[in-house]
Amino acid sequence: MTETGLQTETLPLDPAPVAPERDLMSKFDGLIAERRALLDSGVTDPFAIVMEEVRSPTEAVIKGRETILLGTYNYMGMTFDPDVIAAGKQALDRFGSGTNGSRMLNGTFHDHIEVEQALRDFYGMTGAIVFSTGYMANLGIISTLAAKGEYVILDADSHASIYDGCAQGNAEIVRFRHNSVEDLDKRLGRLPKEPGKLVVLEGVYSMLGDIAPLKEMVAVARKHGAMVLVDEAHSMGFFGPNGRGVYEAQGLDVDFVVGTFSKSVGTVGGFVVSNHPKFEAVRLACRPYIFTASLPPSVVATAAASIRKLMTAHDKRESLWRNARALHGGLTEMGFRLGTATCDSAIVAVILDDQVQAVTMWQALLEGGLYVNMARPPATPAGTFLLRCSICAEHTPEQIDRVLAMFRQAGQAVGVIG
Amino acid sequence: MTDRQTIFDTVAAQIEPFNKKGIALTEATSFQSDLEWDSLTVMDFVAAIEDEFDIIITMNMQAEIETVGQLVDAVAKLKDAQ
Repeated sequence: MTETGLQTETLPLDPAPVAPERDLMSKFDGLIAERRALLDSGVTDPFAIVMEEVRSPTEAVIKGRETILLGTYNYMGMTFDPDVIAAGKQALDRFGSGTNGSRMLNGTFHDHIEVEQALRDFYGMTGAIVFSTGYMANLGIISTLAAKGEYVILDADSHASIYDGCAQGNAEIVRFRHNSVEDLDKRLGRLPKEPGKLVVLEGVYSMLGDIAPLKEMVAVARKHGAMVLVDEAHSMGFFGPNGRGVYEAQGLDVDFVVGTFSKSVGTVGGFVVSNHPKFEAVRLACRPYIFTASLPPSVVATAAASIRKLMTAHDKRESLWRNARALHGGLTEMGFRLGTATCDSAIVAVILDDQVQAVTMWQALLEGGLYVNMARPPATPAGTFLLRCSICAEHTPEQIDRVLAMFRQAGQAVGVIG
Repeated sequence: MTDRQTIFDTVAAQIEPFNKKGIALTEATSFQSDLEWDSLTVMDFVAAIEDEFDIIITMNMQAEIETVGQLVDAVAKLKDAQ
């Protein structure tokens, strides 16, 4: 007998194999079969990409191939900023690799306070609370703000973290049709007047890259006495005079703004900012804030340095919008169907007919040296299959030209464009 | 009785555009297992029902509704509360 380590051996005392209907994993059979069928068709798994090397905010090595990154949400290209990296290294040296604890107990270090101050300065607000991820910021704030008997009113195309924040809490949940001011108005009008209401909106909807008519929606919410939360994850740094987001670009005051460090800021973490005088109380009541470990010191130090630089990153802002317009215009000209008629944000979504077309096109681009996001239902609206591009301020005009050339070639090869 | 029948008929009429398989509708018809609706279809349909009856069916309530009969009951209850 050769020694081959642990083996599966059936002993007389082993329990009988679990009947399929009692196996909790059986519910995934459909998913497993669908994935198997996709991989059997010979394509690269779109959800198993490994970045072997990352050279810059716009370049990585995938499967040994130099690849342009056009699907990372690294909008402002801060991930390799020398000041940001230096801040992180210094924090690692001074405070160690991790905090070992909750913000509420031993997990608040010098740079957690510093990054919350950077956020107050960036947004010009009195309150800022940092969470461990953007997902947890939504999970925490929505479930904590709206209690039993109160209402959360959300856009049907809301991000999963908003839906999960609703599911985590005890409020009544009401949905309205995506970006429909009239639908929001009607639904708010049908609700009882007395209970508290939270309307949850997003500045940029990340699947199609469309922006919300926040001005009209906030007016409707105010008319019905509701408070407003806006998730500005995909707009921080390049919407509005101070880069605060779509709400600032549309000249609005809102009650709560949710954001993330994982996109424009270039690290990981989430936050909520607010001018509400009682905002600090959230720290005492919010379970996803209390019952998890805080971010490592190096992460909050890089975030603080990055946020402060974003306050004056006017050149990057211009470069990002220039790149986005060039990509949107170029793809439109080639005949691709896009998520928005005009270049509304730094996300350009190419709409495809079905999964096979999306995956084939995605793979052709990858093999040509371009990474974009593939998205499919249920993450996408109306059951669409998308190739989503997120643009970076650090993309060069030459890179955008190469990207367009690769899209033309792949689109023609797959038959998406003529 | 007529009220309930009226609601049933209205609900049935709203189901038709989404009834791709042409299932004959009864009180016991299940949205998921008989009509085989996905979450997007459910969302469109609920919005249509809400507008038709001028009511709100919260997502919390939707989670409890599996059959056409249960939806008719829920609509009747919401209309009574107005």
